[in-house]
Amino acid sequence: MNRTKGDEEEYWNSSKFKAFTFDDEDDELSQLKESKRAVNSLRDFVDDDDDDDLERVSWTGEPVGSISWSIKETAGSSGSTHEGREQLKSRNSFSYAQLPKPTSTYSLSSFFKGRTRPGSFQSLSDALSDTPAKSYAPELGRPKGEYRVCSLERFRSLQDKLQLLEEAVSMHDGNVITAVLIFLKRTLSKEILFRELEVRQVALRHLIHFLKEIGDQKLLLDLFRFLDRTEELALSHYREHLNIQDPEKRKEFLKTCIGLPFSAEDCAHIQDHYTLLERQIIIEGTFSSPVNLKKTFKIPDKQYVLTALAARAKLRAWQDIDALFTTKNWLGYTKKRAPIGFHRVVEILHKNSAPVQILQEYVNLVEDVDTKLNLATKFKCHDVVIDTCRDLKDRQQLLAYRSKVDKGSAEEEKIDTLLSSSQIRWKN
Amino acid sequence: MAFPHRLDAPELPDFSMLKRLARDQLIYLLEQLPGRKDLFIEADLMSPLDRIANVSILKQHEVDKLYKVENKPALSSSEQLCFLVRPRIKNMRYIANLVNADKTAGRTRKYKVIFSPQKFYACEMVLEEEGIYGDVSCDEWAFSLLPLDVDLLSMELPEFFRDYFLEGDQRWINTVAQALHLLSTLYGPFPNCYGIGRCAKMSYELWKKLEDEEDSESKGRRPEIGHIFLLDRDMDFVTALCSQVVYEGLVDDTFRIKCGSVDFGPEVTSSDKSLKVLLNAEDKVFSEIRNEHFSNVFGFLSQKARNLQAQYDRRRGMDIKQMKNFVSQELKGLKQEHRLLSLRLIPKDYRSLKTQYLQSYGPEHLLTFSNLRRAGLLTEQAPGDTLTAMESKVSKLVTDKAAGKITDAFSSLAKRSNFRAISKKLNLIPRVDGEYDLKVPRDMAYVFSGAYVPLSCRIIEQVLERRSWQGLDEVVRLLNCIEFAFTDITKEDKASSESLRLILVVFLGGCTFSEISALRFLGREKGYRFIFLTTAITNSARLMEAMSEVKA
Repeated sequence: MNRTKGDEEEYWNSSKFKAFTFDDEDDELSQLKESKRAVNSLRDFVDDDDDDDLERVSWTGEPVGSISWSIKETAGSSGSTHEGREQLKSRNSFSYAQLPKPTSTYSLSSFFKGRTRPGSFQSLSDALSDTPAKSYAPELGRPKGEYRVCSLERFRSLQDKLQLLEEAVSMHDGNVITAVLIFLKRTLSKEILFRELEVRQVALRHLIHFLKEIGDQKLLLDLFRFLDRTEELALSHYREHLNIQDPEKRKEFLKTCIGLPFSAEDCAHIQDHYTLLERQIIIEGTFSSPVNLKKTFKIPDKQYVLTALAARAKLRAWQDIDALFTTKNWLGYTKKRAPIGFHRVVEILHKNSAPVQILQEYVNLVEDVDTKLNLATKFKCHDVVIDTCRDLKDRQQLLAYRSKVDKGSAEEEKIDTLLSSSQIRWKN
Repeated sequence: MAFPHRLDAPELPDFSMLKRLARDQLIYLLEQLPGRKDLFIEADLMSPLDRIANVSILKQHEVDKLYKVENKPALSSSEQLCFLVRPRIKNMRYIANLVNADKTAGRTRKYKVIFSPQKFYACEMVLEEEGIYGDVSCDEWAFSLLPLDVDLLSMELPEFFRDYFLEGDQRWINTVAQALHLLSTLYGPFPNCYGIGRCAKMSYELWKKLEDEEDSESKGRRPEIGHIFLLDRDMDFVTALCSQVVYEGLVDDTFRIKCGSVDFGPEVTSSDKSLKVLLNAEDKVFSEIRNEHFSNVFGFLSQKARNLQAQYDRRRGMDIKQMKNFVSQELKGLKQEHRLLSLRLIPKDYRSLKTQYLQSYGPEHLLTFSNLRRAGLLTEQAPGDTLTAMESKVSKLVTDKAAGKITDAFSSLAKRSNFRAISKKLNLIPRVDGEYDLKVPRDMAYVFSGAYVPLSCRIIEQVLERRSWQGLDEVVRLLNCIEFAFTDITKEDKASSESLRLILVVFLGGCTFSEISALRFLGREKGYRFIFLTTAITNSARLMEAMSEVKA
């Protein structure tokens, strides 16, 4: 590392780094010592309220006061749930800063201890020492906007770069290795980068993982191609299909996967996947294909309808259910029929939380009047009850039902209109 | 019936301090953004945070509303937004979208990102790329040790397993080193250090480097914990993949214990409500049965119910009746399964197995298989190999639905990795003369119904006995691992005899409740006490999930 004297001065005097002084109080090292002392007398400062473990969880359901409960509350509430502003806890002047140390293994303290390790260690140290300690210790303050992360710019020669990388790898810290790789990726052509990493397995693994994580698929595939890792290339390309939502597009994508250098058995699996998806797409759009399945496997009507109904109900596909029961007779008129009896249909729909309007429609199709009335009452299908009573000319029952509907509702009005109608010849 | 604690068992250090520290650190960070603010929390951090600082504490520090970081757009009207996230790229993109949307709408607010347990350079790179680097302030909440129980600490980093063992990414090694450093700061240095595995070695070396740089005065402190043992998960996949039969392990396998508590849905509680139960040593009934073989639990519980019906405090756990129902229904089924399993014969080809798996679970699992191969969990069986009775037996311990499907290929793994030789050398499959009494277990094999002593636990037992790896070279060679052992005499001299009976076991990549139960048993036998530090609690289902590529 060659630095001119001038550079050195400039470097040391720059405000980015706190200068080393012989003044003990300023020394981060002694600050840390202070902190260690403080840590040992920690208990005196900290409250003892650790029984909250027990109260925090309620035994009868969603733990009230827990984070997940609170998040649900926030998501569900329309207004704000204001709690009175409590008095701010007085800021504890004792700062925890200190506890073991910054998470980067390179810190100012190690730097200023005047370690005499050669070459890039010192440079890496000062380059990467962005003093995460600052996030804890207010004393050191943090110059806003002057937050330097990776000032590795001075490593321009390939040799310096590789030495830097070697140093990072010897530290075992994946975060540091990746940081160096980010720098190398930016300042080296991919051919050179690939060539150098080919013989450095640890660094190579980190680059691959990094590329996967940031989604740089293109560079990743180039890398696999360069390394002649054909199977990984194929698998990596294939993996992308998980990101494609639209089935058509996914199918098209899978097509491009066929013919990639998978292992022999995997090629067959990929082909199968494509075929499967092709079929699924065909099946998806139309409702008729389950009928094909039914025909092929000779599924009895009842079983078929029950299954289809439950499935569609779960998906709240009311129109499909409508189609399920609609048949055309030879004259072209549509009629609704069900091999399982509409009372069963209504029950299944209710179990799947179908809305009242839908239930109502099918309750209406129940043939047996008593059953119909029972179901309509049970599921609060007011219109059906009202209409049925009217058809039965049962005034008493209608009157009795009036008390069950909401006051002033449209249903009440309808009942009143009927009751006062002179055209109906009530039997009771 | 429960295993009694020895009267001379060494006392455990107080780990509740870790929670208080974490909480105070978080509060400090929140106060760096004074005034009312909304807090966005990543899903994985919600449970740990709940154990550290509940909502009322957050509200005391001017946190207004809480949101989950998820795919939906966030509609917060607060002027200040705080994000508590893991250092993942996708979180950065989420934040960037939010900030950039604000910018487009001409809105300026204050944003703070709190990374837990630390920030990664890749994250900063993305913030810079997205053009929001100058708009957000970044902090680190170095919370990496959550006490799940008096003797169990978790780093709550399930991603550790996949990141390191599948992708070879060493990003969390520093986190481990920092956690160890914190422990040695608070509880004194560890006179004896042992380890096995590459990750263990690297973590140890990085930790030592940290300590050397510190020149801390903690070095002169009295050690509270005499030994530390670091292990890589991949030196024993077998144990992690076995289904569990000790009570706590069974609950984890069946219901998934999260952060020391478990949610029982309505199908279990036979009511409309779900029940969340905290499972730790404070629950008297649970602590008696947790390490027990499940076959003992039912009998124990009925007895207990008879004795304690009137006095049992309903707040402390599931109603005895409910527990009884659960135990009798669920466990009965499991017992049958175990019986059936040992009767079945399943010799299959890797290829047909893979095809069947793909047809059952989806073609995307092509990628899962590739991952399993890469992580060394799955290998193709060489032609002409046959399984020994022992291997079949062990492979039959794997009953997890997904893991079970690969039982056969798994058997081939057992063979390829010299499992047969290792288990012989370490006597992992005890010879059973007569019935194996599960009520009064005689060795660690009870955690698998007497069939198998967990390899990881056996290794720990042996190394502690010898205080070194002497005599275990052959085993280490067969495991294809590297090992290390260091003793610092000066520190050891300072340690009390009691602290020398305390051992911190660090599982890198996850540990199972079965291993915890087994080691607790070993502790009682030998007069030790084990403290567990794991990157996350794991089991066969979680391991398989970690290997799967199916997008959520």
